[in-house]
Amino acid sequence: MSSIAQKKGFGATIWDFMTTVDHKKIAILYLISGGFFFLVGGIEAMLIRIQLAKAGNDFLSAGLYNEIITMHGTTMIFLASMPLLLAFMNAIMPLQIGARDVAFPFLNSLGFWLFFFGGIFLNLSWFMGGAPDAGWTNYASLALASEGHGIDFYTLGLTISGFGTLIAGINFLVTIINMRAPGMTYMRMPLFTWTTFVASALILLAFPPLTVGLFFMIFDRLFNSSFFVVEMGGNTIIWEHLFWIFGHPEVYILILPAFGIFSEIFAIFSRKRLFGYTALVFATILIGFYGFMVWAHHMFTVGLGPTANAVFALATMIIAVPTGIKIFNWLLTIWGGSISFTVPMIYAVAFIPSFVAGGVTGVMQAIAPLDYQLHDSYFIVAHFHYVIVGGVVLGILAGTHLYWPKMFGTMLSEKLGKWTFWFFFIGFHLTFFIQHFLGLMGMPRRVYTFGADQGWDLFNAISSAGAVFMAIGVIILLVNVVMTTIKNERVGNDPWGDGRTLEWAIPSPPPFYNFAQTPLVRGLDTFWIEKMDGNKKGMIFAEPLGDIHMPNNSIIPFVISLGMFIASFGALYFLDGDKPWALAVLIIGLLITFGSMLVRSLKDDLGFYITKEELLEDAKGGKTDGH
Amino acid sequence: MAHDTHIHVRTQSEFEYAKKKRADEMKGHLATFAIMIFLTLIAFTMVAAGFSTYLIVPIILLMAGIQVILQLYYFMHLSGKGHGMVAFFLFCGIFVAFITVLALVTIVWW
Ligand code: HEM
Ligand SMILES: [Cu+2]
Repeated sequence: MSSIAQKKGFGATIWDFMTTVDHKKIAILYLISGGFFFLVGGIEAMLIRIQLAKAGNDFLSAGLYNEIITMHGTTMIFLASMPLLLAFMNAIMPLQIGARDVAFPFLNSLGFWLFFFGGIFLNLSWFMGGAPDAGWTNYASLALASEGHGIDFYTLGLTISGFGTLIAGINFLVTIINMRAPGMTYMRMPLFTWTTFVASALILLAFPPLTVGLFFMIFDRLFNSSFFVVEMGGNTIIWEHLFWIFGHPEVYILILPAFGIFSEIFAIFSRKRLFGYTALVFATILIGFYGFMVWAHHMFTVGLGPTANAVFALATMIIAVPTGIKIFNWLLTIWGGSISFTVPMIYAVAFIPSFVAGGVTGVMQAIAPLDYQLHDSYFIVAHFHYVIVGGVVLGILAGTHLYWPKMFGTMLSEKLGKWTFWFFFIGFHLTFFIQHFLGLMGMPRRVYTFGADQGWDLFNAISSAGAVFMAIGVIILLVNVVMTTIKNERVGNDPWGDGRTLEWAIPSPPPFYNFAQTPLVRGLDTFWIEKMDGNKKGMIFAEPLGDIHMPNNSIIPFVISLGMFIASFGALYFLDGDKPWALAVLIIGLLITFGSMLVRSLKDDLGFYITKEELLEDAKGGKTDGH
Repeated sequence: MAHDTHIHVRTQSEFEYAKKKRADEMKGHLATFAIMIFLTLIAFTMVAAGFSTYLIVPIILLMAGIQVILQLYYFMHLSGKGHGMVAFFLFCGIFVAFITVLALVTIVWW
């Protein structure tokens, strides 16, 4: 602990990030690794579109194509979208509620490293005998018939990273329930905090069914049990149920935080209080609640019978109601506002029609008889890309621009940002709009090629051209990030000038203890209220300046996760028969994990104090840095 | 802050209030304990008397549900101050587990 700014060497910086328990640094870790996996998934997407660009193409073989679509979907959902959203939750949510850190800083770090090693494990399958190839939904009949170890990489990798996500969700729940600053009642929480809260609750309730399903699958494949083996009295449909009981809430885990980011953006750049704050909060809760009662809409064609189909069709259509409520509230927030079209706002405005299009096709698919036509066709592909790219990815891109200054203290270029937006937005509609018609014309999803006589050539070519536009957009974003980082023009507390919530009242990036004094919250849009009252400090304080207790850094989360990573290889090769070392690897991995847990439990770690004097020094401009 | 520990000395009336509260709680504990034993007795008697399983199973499940709730509220202090969120998440979990099992039972195995 020193009050003097010190420039760290490269190795020291790496070590710092490996051991950090600071939610802002963990956010950066999530952003970098989520961004990396986003690029990997993007490359896979480009390969898919190259293969489908013309009829009868042989750029990829059928088997490799299956591996690529599986890894594209799995990577984008589990390793890109979710971690990127977790990055913003980590970076911003504790600041929004006036907290110094999350409730369990150690677990926060553990959650990240588990996700990270799970993701790396899954992707190593490319180099170790082939990736999973049963689709991101991994339906049991396909998965059990799949040769090689691809599926085992999927099940074990997702188990590990799933633990990480579950830990992150629990941590956010406890943080929001227990760590709000004085005066921050539930109905004063910013919308992004609310959506983080509901999404975390969904994580808590939705990941266990997935874990159960994955365990069954692991046992079936590695230990010859027969949960899903029909010949042995198992039932292959149970996997589908377990997967979708998780899967549908999962899509809301993705979209709700994106809704939160957009809600913040609409209020900030319309310079207005959110219209219908209460309605937005209750719509969020309602969506989370209904999210658990609709999963069988993915299984209309399984043959559940007319009663089950009717019940789930109805439940699914009802979900569109709270979603619609949100759309109208956002429109009314913009209405009559003094709008500034910054990059985040452009994304937000573009999000509305894109997402509505996806919602409308969703309701079409919810009509069970119609879904018999649409199911497993490109129409479905168009639907979920409209909601996921048009909703979640636009939200992530908007959030990147909006929160970049808060996370890094520099402002991404607005000009390049607009270029990214236009390339990405046009490319997105070009790629996916036409896929609705491909679906209606009968093109099934997940086929690796098609014939020249089927009349799908032109539309597929257009779709592939759109993908190139999106890729250019992403490349411009990368250039933007590099240029901004090199220029390094520092910005102040409230770089957008219209910040409304607490995170904009403190420096960018915030000091590692966030708030020297805990703020006192006097209403919704705390910072805005203080600004309007002419309060130059941006907040009023709930306590006098005093010593601050902080947690110590720790390498243990990294080691625990590393142990799981190593053990997974052992489990994977264990029953091959010809690999006697596998058992040893399994045991060594587990020993590392449990050993480091033991160390953590036996060794007291009481943290340290930042003294009042150091805080005063810091306020004068000397820079305090953690370890 | 956390390290300036504050020592609170209770007044006489506070002390008496706490005492009365504890006595009330004790009464609650004993009453629920009696009810629980009674419910268990009913369950055993029903089985011993050889009623139809179609009657026994739902009734035992129902009584088990009642016992869980009594247990949670009277012995695990779910109704206590600051347990609202815990209770909320508990019931959300129960709800999700319930519709899941219900759906699996009705549409997969029926
Ligand atoms: C108005 C709300 C929505 C409705 C009514 C709806 C309805 C549906 C239905 C019925 C299906 C199954 C179609 C089939 O396979 O035959 C489906 C698939 C899908 N939906 Fe939605 N949806 C909605 C919103 C969303 C959102 C917000 C997301 C994600 C952010 C999403 C992601 C997906 C995905 C990924 C699939 C395809 C899964 C697969 O089979 O691989 N949906 N949707
Ligand atoms: Cu769904």
